[in-house]
Amino acid sequence: MTTSGTGSWLLAALLLLPLVGAAVVVALRGNDRTAKLAALGFSVAEFVVALVSWANFEPGGARLQQSFSFDWIPAFGVHISFAIDGIALVMIAVIGLLVPLVIGAGWADKLPEGRTKGGFFSLILLEQALTVGVFAATDVFLFYVLFEIMLIPMYFLIGSYGGARRQYAAVKFFLYSFLGGLIMLASVIGCYVLAGDELGKGTFDWATLVQVVHDAPLSTQIWLFLGFFVAFAIKAPLVPVHTWLPDATAEAPIGVAVLLVGILDKVGTFGFLRYLLPMFPLASKELAPLVLVLAVAGVIYGSLLATGQRDMKRFLAYVSIAHFGFIALGIFAFSSQAMTGSVTYMINHSIATGMLILVVGMVISRGGGSSRVADYGGMAKLTPLLAGVLLIAGLSSLSLPGTNSFVSEFLVLIGSYPNAPVYTIIATVGMIFAALYVLWLYQRIMQGPLRGNALVGEEPLAGPSTGTAGGVGTLVDSAVGAKKAILDLNLREKAVLAPLILLIVGLGLFPKPVLDTVTPTVDATMCAAGLVDPVQSAERQLQCP
Amino acid sequence: MTGTMNLAAEVQQASGVASMAWLLLVLPAFGAAVLLIGGKRTDKWGHLLGSATVIAAFVYGVVLFLDTKSLGAEDRLRDVHLFDWIPVNALDVEFGLRVDPLSLTFVLLITGVGSLIHIYSIGYMSDDRNRRRFFAYLNLFVAAMLLLVLGNGFVTLYFGWEGVGLASYLLIGWYQDKDFAATAAKKAFLMNRVGDVGLALAIFIMFKTMGSTQYDVVFAQIGNQSTATVVSIGILLLLGACGKSGQFPLQAWLPDAMAGPTPVSALIHAATMVTAGVYLIARSSPLYSLPQAEDARLVVMIVGAVTLLIGCVIGCAYDDFKKVLAYSTVSQIGYMILAVGLGPAGYAFGILHLLTHGFFKAGLFLGAGSVMHGMNDEGNIRRLGGLARKMPITFVTWTLGYLALIGFPFLSGYFSKDAIIAAAFSEGGGRGWVFGGIALLGAGLTAFYMTRLLILVFLGKPRWENLKSEDGRAYHPHESGWTMTLPMIVLAVGSVGAGAILSGILPEWLTPSIGELVEEHGPLSHTLIAVLTVAISAIGAATAFVVFGRREQPVTRPARVSFPVRAARADLYGNHLNEALFARPGVWLTRFLVFVDNRGVDGLVNGIAAGLGGSSGRLRRLQTGFVRSYALSMLGGSILVIAALLMVRFA
Amino acid sequence: MTPTYYLLLSALLFTIGAVGVLVRRNAIVVFMCVELMLNAVNLSLVTFARINGSLSGQVMAFFVMVVAAAEVVVGLAIIMSIFRTRRTASVDDSNLLKY
Repeated sequence: MTTSGTGSWLLAALLLLPLVGAAVVVALRGNDRTAKLAALGFSVAEFVVALVSWANFEPGGARLQQSFSFDWIPAFGVHISFAIDGIALVMIAVIGLLVPLVIGAGWADKLPEGRTKGGFFSLILLEQALTVGVFAATDVFLFYVLFEIMLIPMYFLIGSYGGARRQYAAVKFFLYSFLGGLIMLASVIGCYVLAGDELGKGTFDWATLVQVVHDAPLSTQIWLFLGFFVAFAIKAPLVPVHTWLPDATAEAPIGVAVLLVGILDKVGTFGFLRYLLPMFPLASKELAPLVLVLAVAGVIYGSLLATGQRDMKRFLAYVSIAHFGFIALGIFAFSSQAMTGSVTYMINHSIATGMLILVVGMVISRGGGSSRVADYGGMAKLTPLLAGVLLIAGLSSLSLPGTNSFVSEFLVLIGSYPNAPVYTIIATVGMIFAALYVLWLYQRIMQGPLRGNALVGEEPLAGPSTGTAGGVGTLVDSAVGAKKAILDLNLREKAVLAPLILLIVGLGLFPKPVLDTVTPTVDATMCAAGLVDPVQSAERQLQCP
Repeated sequence: MTGTMNLAAEVQQASGVASMAWLLLVLPAFGAAVLLIGGKRTDKWGHLLGSATVIAAFVYGVVLFLDTKSLGAEDRLRDVHLFDWIPVNALDVEFGLRVDPLSLTFVLLITGVGSLIHIYSIGYMSDDRNRRRFFAYLNLFVAAMLLLVLGNGFVTLYFGWEGVGLASYLLIGWYQDKDFAATAAKKAFLMNRVGDVGLALAIFIMFKTMGSTQYDVVFAQIGNQSTATVVSIGILLLLGACGKSGQFPLQAWLPDAMAGPTPVSALIHAATMVTAGVYLIARSSPLYSLPQAEDARLVVMIVGAVTLLIGCVIGCAYDDFKKVLAYSTVSQIGYMILAVGLGPAGYAFGILHLLTHGFFKAGLFLGAGSVMHGMNDEGNIRRLGGLARKMPITFVTWTLGYLALIGFPFLSGYFSKDAIIAAAFSEGGGRGWVFGGIALLGAGLTAFYMTRLLILVFLGKPRWENLKSEDGRAYHPHESGWTMTLPMIVLAVGSVGAGAILSGILPEWLTPSIGELVEEHGPLSHTLIAVLTVAISAIGAATAFVVFGRREQPVTRPARVSFPVRAARADLYGNHLNEALFARPGVWLTRFLVFVDNRGVDGLVNGIAAGLGGSSGRLRRLQTGFVRSYALSMLGGSILVIAALLMVRFA
Repeated sequence: MTPTYYLLLSALLFTIGAVGVLVRRNAIVVFMCVELMLNAVNLSLVTFARINGSLSGQVMAFFVMVVAAAEVVVGLAIIMSIFRTRRTASVDDSNLLKY
């Protein structure tokens, strides 16, 4: 085994901790409470390790840090090798943040008959370990393997714990992603063969492959590019290969939807940055217009469809599709500002949309499980705090300045404008639609008179002076016909949302720590792809090694 | 023009009192944060904290003003660098403040009127269970508005720009269980966003062409840019201004915004936020003063002139107290936009009118609020009338504001509006006549609809005596408490005196920020224009007296009216146009796309899956179970293989 | 020596066998026809071996015979058990193994 740089053990811990956690939690699944506490403990520990790893990371240092590697299949030059760069690091940190929150949010959820909390949380931890691996893998074959294995826990998370049509959604999700993965496999092998021709011995090592494939002729690059691109575009997802996401999001339990949209999908855009641009610079430049068209189409199409949805969870999926359009735009506009914007967008989207999904989940849990928008209305009266957090998450989704998403969307757009003005103008118009769908949802659910089947409406029974945080309303449980109170946010929910709100405002006002971590990696990506910033300044400049 | 550009290069780092300028933002923001996070615990003293932070900001603003005043004119442009906000390689968006005469003028307006309206709201909102949250939102607004005017770059301006949009959204939708309020709030935010897109695109162009979004760099380099760049930035900035300031073609949200509580209408939708567009154009004066920006300025003037007419015409036909005032605001901001569109000859007058308008329009709105407060929230002027004796203080203060607005000699509006009309005439040539004429006509119309308002609300017979309000209560009009009347009195004093005082000192005071006032002399002398304006206003007021003052007005509005009145009642079809051009096609497009996505895109995917399943089902039928048919297919296959081999062999 | 006659005979036998497999219903007859085809192939193998003076064709024929013998053992056993359970040896009657 070879390691380089300091802190390899940190990365190893990041990979192993959730794995061990998953095993422990599944062993403890007999006792709900212990299993839940163990899951929470492991996920918090993982987050702490991620923060320590961030503290140990030198933004100006080597591209790949905290690396370690050992042989896996020597005959084919396959290694198990991991390392992190600035982009992978922040993504791993965001995963570390979201998983404890997802566990906290799912603490009291009802699961389908015969399923245990332990099983559920252990699958989540397993998924976490695999996604950390995907982001940290520096062997392309290992990346491919993890990229595919990652689907399995998610398949079960959707298929076993989801809503009524969960089987359909899970199979659709799996088939889509798997198809993309297989096409990518062809390209992975193609790269291996290319390296074999060039070096005499094939390799899957990412850093070596970048050097080799980099110089391949355009026609070869285009085919290899397309193989990777299809996989990443499905994962991201870009229009028109997006239709698995609404189904999967709608059927998945809320926490899983957060992981799906907040983390799993980011693998696609991460792949754009890590694999497409440095490995196939010629093809990237050649095919950039294609990607830009898909990206901008996604922005507009996703936004319009979001306004047309009748189901809150499907709405969230289309919102994400619009946001992924922005991310793809920033990556393929070829400027360090836009690319940094895209990376921060990946984080901020996880935080903002993650929070939006969690809040919508809280709304749904108060409405007896219905996710139809028409079943709600005027909730702000009963649950003012819930309305407030929904608005905060929504405002971040529409990129209001002062929230984290503004920084990233602004960077994407301002960085894209010099190279791709027309696409940028269209995407900027998408900002109007963003306001439209967010405020539309807020108005339908929270404002107006109390209405909708989920909250059969009576005025709050008690005044503001009762012990609960908000007023108390009544709910007719459709199955039993019994009434129960609709309460405002409880302490656990506040604890789940507070860190997200803090980050939304904090990263909106002072994004420098994240920008400083990400920018050197983005610069390295730009340099590897042979790209030059369209707007240059005398003092502050993109630095190539 | 050259003066500004030279001065722009000499921005200095602030020291002393000015280096603490961030206090201006932090004070109200702190108030908002405490009130929002503290929740119900702060109910008892929330309104006091909210008011205190804004008053403290005002006091600090005055100190800052005196400090700046004590400096020489060339030292009055100062920057306060706070931190790097969004630094990525060549892009460096800093979070900094620009303390200069222009921003300080606005700081004083915002915190001054803001303090008064906070005090007013203590009384006005005393019955509201959520008064504390109301003050939090008001504080949020003040903080965002201060950031808007204090930011030292276009991105910080944009931050404040959307921040005030948010506060405006929250406050318009204050009565959120009413659908119309929620819809009005959404509409306001959306139409503002349309403008924001313009502002955002202007910022993108600045970064592309000049590599920065900070005022100092942009204004230093804008002169070297091509005409196309300058004009496109100018027009995009104007689009932003149109959204925020309710200018044509984005004026439709402002009247709807009156769904919010009246103090909000006074502070946000009359005195401060809606004038942000004027601020933006005045702030960008180095750009608009360029000879290349001639076309952009023409567009600005056209927008201003068209809007001021639209506002006047619609204002004549509405029966809702606050909506008439709202259209009056639209039209007065049209004057300001027209003024700043005139370039160096008009910036100072635009700002002057903005300030005097801040006084009298806020006063008029507060008066309207006071009337509605005493009249069970009745806003239909046909159901009011004869209230002068019931509410003497409100009547007197309101009348002073009214006189100031219509340009009664030597009150505020007389100095500011007449100056704009004169400046428009002195533009010279056909343009001067057209814009001057429109502005003059607008003055007459303003006098007409404001007089109508005065007569229907305060004079004439008390038509409400035999009526009941919507909730079935009888009307018992009464004067409001001191927290409400005090701000009205202060604002009335301002309406009377501000114009006379400010018109003398403002142009010189603002010179470091927006350049020297260029006095041009048009075909008509200023005295003649002043006389003309007063005469036309008098004619407008007299006409209103003749039409409304001398006969009894019906409580329900007449249905059979001429076409112009019908058109004016329908907002000159602005909403219909928006509905027909954007809303309806948008809804249909969305429905169509949802259908396409479910049936088309997803249908294709599911279709492929179904196709594979279906064709496999068909192929399965080949397995008949008869050994002999398998044997036949084997034979056929073998023959094919042999034939293929032979063909290859002998081809 | 000319191979034409031998090959013609082989082709004739093979055709008879093939047609028999396709048209007859009795499993025993079908089985015999398969044997006929195998032997037709054997005939051509031996013929070519003789012409080319190489033994490999003859060896091949032996292989075929061995396979055929093994096949007879298995095949007849299957046919026997089918006949026992269904009281018929018609190939068309045993068609359960289908879609």
